[in-house]
Amino acid sequence: MLDKSLIDSIKSISDSISFDEESQIFNIEKVDEWLEISTKVKELGFDYLMCITSIDLEDGNLSLAYNLNSTGSQASLEFNLIFSADAEVPSVESLWKTADWHEREAYDMMGIKFSGHPDMKRILLPHDWEGHPLKKDYEVADYYHGMYVPKDKTSWE
Amino acid sequence: MAELTLREKFDRDNFVVEKLDNLINWARAGSPWYFQFGLACCAIEMIGASMPRHDLERFGVFPRATPRQADVMIVAGTVTIKMAERVKRLYEQMSDPKYVISMGSCANSGGPYWQHGYHVLKGVDLVVPVDVYVPGCPPRPEALIQGILELQKHIHTESTFGRPKNA
Repeated sequence: MLDKSLIDSIKSISDSISFDEESQIFNIEKVDEWLEISTKVKELGFDYLMCITSIDLEDGNLSLAYNLNSTGSQASLEFNLIFSADAEVPSVESLWKTADWHEREAYDMMGIKFSGHPDMKRILLPHDWEGHPLKKDYEVADYYHGMYVPKDKTSWE
Repeated sequence: MAELTLREKFDRDNFVVEKLDNLINWARAGSPWYFQFGLACCAIEMIGASMPRHDLERFGVFPRATPRQADVMIVAGTVTIKMAERVKRLYEQMSDPKYVISMGSCANSGGPYWQHGYHVLKGVDLVVPVDVYVPGCPPRPEALIQGILELQKHIHTESTFGRPKNA
């Protein structure tokens, strides 16, 4: 459970932050404010970005979960952002260098665009790959560079 | 009378009269140096096979780190679509005669990525010709050794100048 004074000091950063008591997660409604919010959160001592997770909510919205840790107080936070699929999320690469590759992975797999990232390109898949494979509506292409990627394998069995 | 090997004929008479094909095949099968192509967990078993306990070198099999010095490519592991083009390119850099051993379920057919795997090639035989398939996930070093012995049998049936024996 998070410290009560810590919750209050984080909620006082912006009006768009709400706190869910049951899951102990901070939800942020306005994605545009994320860089300002995270700058203030880092000033509170959260110097370690553990993970960025992207989620496809299947209703036209995407979600990002940021797990932060303080190496001083050993407290851990989770921030949850929900936004429409065509929205741009401010990059936090300038605050935590870890975000560089995590954001590139979120772009590669889920197609989330980050504004202000210095090197926004695919990280795992080839640069000319079409689509973002972890999205729920992704369809596997039949061919890649002339190599057959079969979807129906009944004739092979 | 059972057919003697070249070595046995030489030991008996100190003199060998033999077809050139057999001599070439004997030399080729005796030292199939392999191009170590460890792509996933199968690589651990391949490394284990060439360590002292299983000792692949007693078959003349020796790892090389470059395609230009290798005769056999052992594709050990999951071939992703991104890697498949590199596999093909490295295979083309090997000098003839060249052979391919597909090691493990992933290289044979896609393995656990058979049904749901947008990124995995469903069998390395879609990009390079495979001589021997070694099943297993991953195969034990003994299975790889049997695959190499099968490859040596295959090499002995080849003909460099005439028609193949089984044609």
